[in-house]
Amino acid sequence: MTDTAGLEKQILAEIAGAGDEAALEAVRVAALGRNGSITALLKTLGALPPEERKIQGPLINGLKDSLNAALAARRDSLKSAALEARLNAESVDVTLPVREAPFEVGRVHPITQVMDELTAIFADMGFAIAEGPDIETDDYNFTKLNFPEDHPARDMQATFFFNPKPDGTRLLLRTHTSPVQVRTMLTQKPPIRVIVPGRTYRSDWDQTHTPMFHQVEGLVIDKGSHLGHLKWILEEFLKAFFEIDRVGMRFRPSFFPFTEPSLEVDIQCRRDKGEIRFGEGSDWLEILGCGMVHPNVLKNCGLDPDEYQGFAWGMGIERIAALKYGISDVRQFFEADVRWLAHYGFRPLDFPTLAGGLSS
Amino acid sequence: MMKFTLAWLKEHLETDRPLGEIVDKLTMIGLEVERIEDKGKQLAPFVIARVIDAKQHPNADRLRVCVVDTGDGKPIQVVCGAPNARAGMKGVFVPPGAYIPGKDMTLSVGTIRGVESRGMLVSEFELQISDNHEGIIDLPDDAPVGANYAQWAGLDDPMIEINLTPNRPDCTGVHGVARDLAAADMGRFKDAAIKPVKGGFRCPVGVTLDFGATPSLCPAFGLRLVRGVKNGPSPPWLQKRLVAIGLRPINALVDITNFITYDRGRPLHVFDAGKVRGNLTVRRARADERLLALDGKTYTLDGSICVIADEDGVESLAGVMGGEKTGCSEATTDVLIESALWEPANIAQTSRRLGINTDASYRFERGVDPAFMLPGLELATKMVLDLCGGEPSDVVVAGSAEADERVIDFPLSEINRLAGLSLPLPEMRRALERLGFFAAGQGERLKIAVPSWRPDVHDKADVVEEVVRILGVDRVPSTPFDRGDASRKPVLTPIQLRTRKAKRALAARNLVEAVTWSFIDKKKAELFGGGKPELALANPIAADLSDMRPSLIPGLVAVAQRNADRGFPDVGLFEVGQIFRGDAPADQLTAASGVRCTLAKPNGVGRHWSKLDGAVDAFDAKADALAVLAAAGAPAAALQIVPGGPSWFHPGRCGTIQIGPQNILGHFGELHPSALEALDAEGPLVAFEAILERIPEPKAKATRAKPALELSAFQPLERDFAFVVERNVKAADLVRAAAGIDRKLIARVTVFDVYEGAGIAPGKKSIAIAVTLQPRERTMTDAEIEALAAKIVAEIGKRTGGVLRG
Repeated sequence: MTDTAGLEKQILAEIAGAGDEAALEAVRVAALGRNGSITALLKTLGALPPEERKIQGPLINGLKDSLNAALAARRDSLKSAALEARLNAESVDVTLPVREAPFEVGRVHPITQVMDELTAIFADMGFAIAEGPDIETDDYNFTKLNFPEDHPARDMQATFFFNPKPDGTRLLLRTHTSPVQVRTMLTQKPPIRVIVPGRTYRSDWDQTHTPMFHQVEGLVIDKGSHLGHLKWILEEFLKAFFEIDRVGMRFRPSFFPFTEPSLEVDIQCRRDKGEIRFGEGSDWLEILGCGMVHPNVLKNCGLDPDEYQGFAWGMGIERIAALKYGISDVRQFFEADVRWLAHYGFRPLDFPTLAGGLSS
Repeated sequence: MMKFTLAWLKEHLETDRPLGEIVDKLTMIGLEVERIEDKGKQLAPFVIARVIDAKQHPNADRLRVCVVDTGDGKPIQVVCGAPNARAGMKGVFVPPGAYIPGKDMTLSVGTIRGVESRGMLVSEFELQISDNHEGIIDLPDDAPVGANYAQWAGLDDPMIEINLTPNRPDCTGVHGVARDLAAADMGRFKDAAIKPVKGGFRCPVGVTLDFGATPSLCPAFGLRLVRGVKNGPSPPWLQKRLVAIGLRPINALVDITNFITYDRGRPLHVFDAGKVRGNLTVRRARADERLLALDGKTYTLDGSICVIADEDGVESLAGVMGGEKTGCSEATTDVLIESALWEPANIAQTSRRLGINTDASYRFERGVDPAFMLPGLELATKMVLDLCGGEPSDVVVAGSAEADERVIDFPLSEINRLAGLSLPLPEMRRALERLGFFAAGQGERLKIAVPSWRPDVHDKADVVEEVVRILGVDRVPSTPFDRGDASRKPVLTPIQLRTRKAKRALAARNLVEAVTWSFIDKKKAELFGGGKPELALANPIAADLSDMRPSLIPGLVAVAQRNADRGFPDVGLFEVGQIFRGDAPADQLTAASGVRCTLAKPNGVGRHWSKLDGAVDAFDAKADALAVLAAAGAPAAALQIVPGGPSWFHPGRCGTIQIGPQNILGHFGELHPSALEALDAEGPLVAFEAILERIPEPKAKATRAKPALELSAFQPLERDFAFVVERNVKAADLVRAAAGIDRKLIARVTVFDVYEGAGIAPGKKSIAIAVTLQPRERTMTDAEIEALAAKIVAEIGKRTGGVLRG
């Protein structure tokens, strides 16, 4: 009589002792394979007398089932141990730094950002963006804008000139964006509503001036726009630009050759430990110049000043950028110091919109 | 600069308005107040005190311990270092807590060498009323102890400084400022007529205006002699006026001219008649004539400068500055007083050419009141007689001081039309008339005569400005601006859109935007294809900012190198801006350019454990260039990459991006080592430049709808091939040959490996490509795929000599 209990014990021990799936398979084949020990036992059943078979049959089949179950259990545990070992081996140091997203590193210059902000604000008010060349004629930069022949701005001390042409005329680097007003009026029929951002040049270099800088100006020409409209537009602009609910403004009479009446605009502010807050306080800060387009300028651009009228305003982009973003030294705008650009520049996805905010 | 004091203003304006109100009004009518110096307020804590006792300091030779009586009966101990501190004297005392303007500090109780000091006896310098810091202020015996010093000394007259716009010559005098304030309801204008002084004899010095055939620089010239004057220091009231606005009193004759300059905006000149030889001629200077002027400097003159000469030669720079030789001193007994009119533009030019800005030139270049030339001379005569005595001659006048009369036809509706302001007629009339305009007519149109002192008013718009200025810009109601029925289409032009997209795209590739000068060094401009004579500035502000830039790369390289010099070598910078190919508007183009230095790779800057780091190379610049072109709307499929580029690039490591040989959109690559050397920069450095105007404009579409999308129902399949080719064969040729076999079926060809080395013959390389097939009508059979593969191999073999790698 075979010692089934002993055999079971022995095979179970072999199953438990199998170190991997291959060893376990060998145990299975040795027990349950074609020539396996349990298979051999099963084969003996046929030769047994019926009574004996009744006893031995369930016994051996039960043994086979329990060994199969033990094999499956062992296989599962070996598999999960193997997976665990693999995962252990595959682990990485996730604290290693990854590269910053390129759009987190790149910056647009504050001048670009502010120009885009201006565009968003004025496009919403129905203004187009006009542009013109940096190299201008004396006629467009000065004469048509009603600058007298002997105006100090026409001096070599103040303005960058090129060498005279054979016909005696000399080109210059525009000293303001206003020649674009002339170009616009000469080529476009009113109503005109444009803003003109751009590079401008003056021969001046000190703590608060750079020989190149940026201006933006606005021009409205039609048959009814007056100082009251100008006031409203500037009010709306300043509120939108500085992202404040209300803005205190003061219009002071002033003088520019190309406007009459001419005004300078101060905005109300509070200075506090080097920080400027707008819309509160009792200080005034000069921010822009404006006025009704001078009748001589209209005439010079082929418009009848008794029929057409309008206004213009202009300001320095570096200045309004500096005021809004707390930039203290305007010379830094052109130094391209990457530390400054990383600090004062804007992320490329910070696209100014009226819906989402201009500056964030 | 226009300066005056409140008391001085009140000589011309009867008013009881407080300083603050007057100052605010000045600014609001266009006479912007730049600065107020209110010594009375600043010096309020400073009181007159008597030094009761002054003893030697126990621990310091140069110090004294003083006991000071400030009038309240409580003596105070003060340590004082002034050599003149002594018992019994009267001085000026200030207690702790007060601000000392000359020291820019707030005084506190101190212990000086062991002795407590509860205040300070001050010098004039410490009060900033003079430069004297020799000792403490030593007051006369009758100075009242305990009284406010500034008040007692008459220093409490606030000084007002106006930043005058160039169109307002009338307000270069206190009189004119008062007129404006009176018009703005700040008081009553005191405008007494100036009585002529009768001359007792004929003026012995004649005047000739001699400009020959050239344009006259002197419309009129008035002159008078006063003989037998006694010159000396001017009286205290006059000295005080001048000192208060920062002028140095000299002698009565000179002080009178300075006073009238500021009081009336009428500059005058006085000659010592004893030093003038013969008659005066007003003329252009002759070439190389020289004058030793009153500022002690010698000026070399020429025919553009107007002078006053006597028989000895030039004695005065007309309207700018007198000569040293004929200047008035205390010894002067006979004085010639000059009151003249000069050509404003010429004065401005002379003043700029010679670099002299005087109170006289400041006024003459703005244009003085011609009608006041002779009254000014009379006023000066009267003051000379009052202060120095003497006997006046008749006045001689050469030329004519007639003012041209301007009358403006003014429809009242102009105010509303230009300013959006409706005003009652009487109010407008009153403002204009108080300003000296004369308004005739009652109806809808006025005839407005302009006063002689307002050369700036010519036109209806000028009158509108006067009315709005005086009655208040704040009364103009803010009026909502209707955007009307203007179109709602995008307002940006194609180039504006390209510019803004290019900037954001490059910043999104980790580049940082720089804004660099539009002008660069001539050598650099030449190196980058520029340097044309018409693009060179005649007057550059610095030698290395002389020529308009032909490219953004040299400027970017310069700032990149500057960052490297600061310790930041791994920078990637870009700029989108103007470059200049000529001086016509169409020659100004918009470039989008960038540089990457050392380790500033597109996927990350600096060294990194991932091994994806390394030095920048031409492919980084190529990727940037293609990215910026794509962002700006260039058709990617149409762009061709051709090896080689401009001379500033490494010839073997640069490329040109074009749409056919006629339209070059840009370049990229490693900079040429000699270009780097010329730019004073260190590599590795790669750069790109794309010209945004060169991008073809897309065809306008009727609607915004996108074309219908076709999705194939069949799976794409990919086949790999490796070819061995000559080393100089271009990968792009392989790709093009493969793609061209069947443009409908072959969706994509990519290069996934390039290899040279073991297993490949020297001088050859292996290029591996993956070809993606996208069947559209049915699944391809193996035979069809094989046939296509064979065609690819054959075509590549034909076009490039490539052989399938074994």
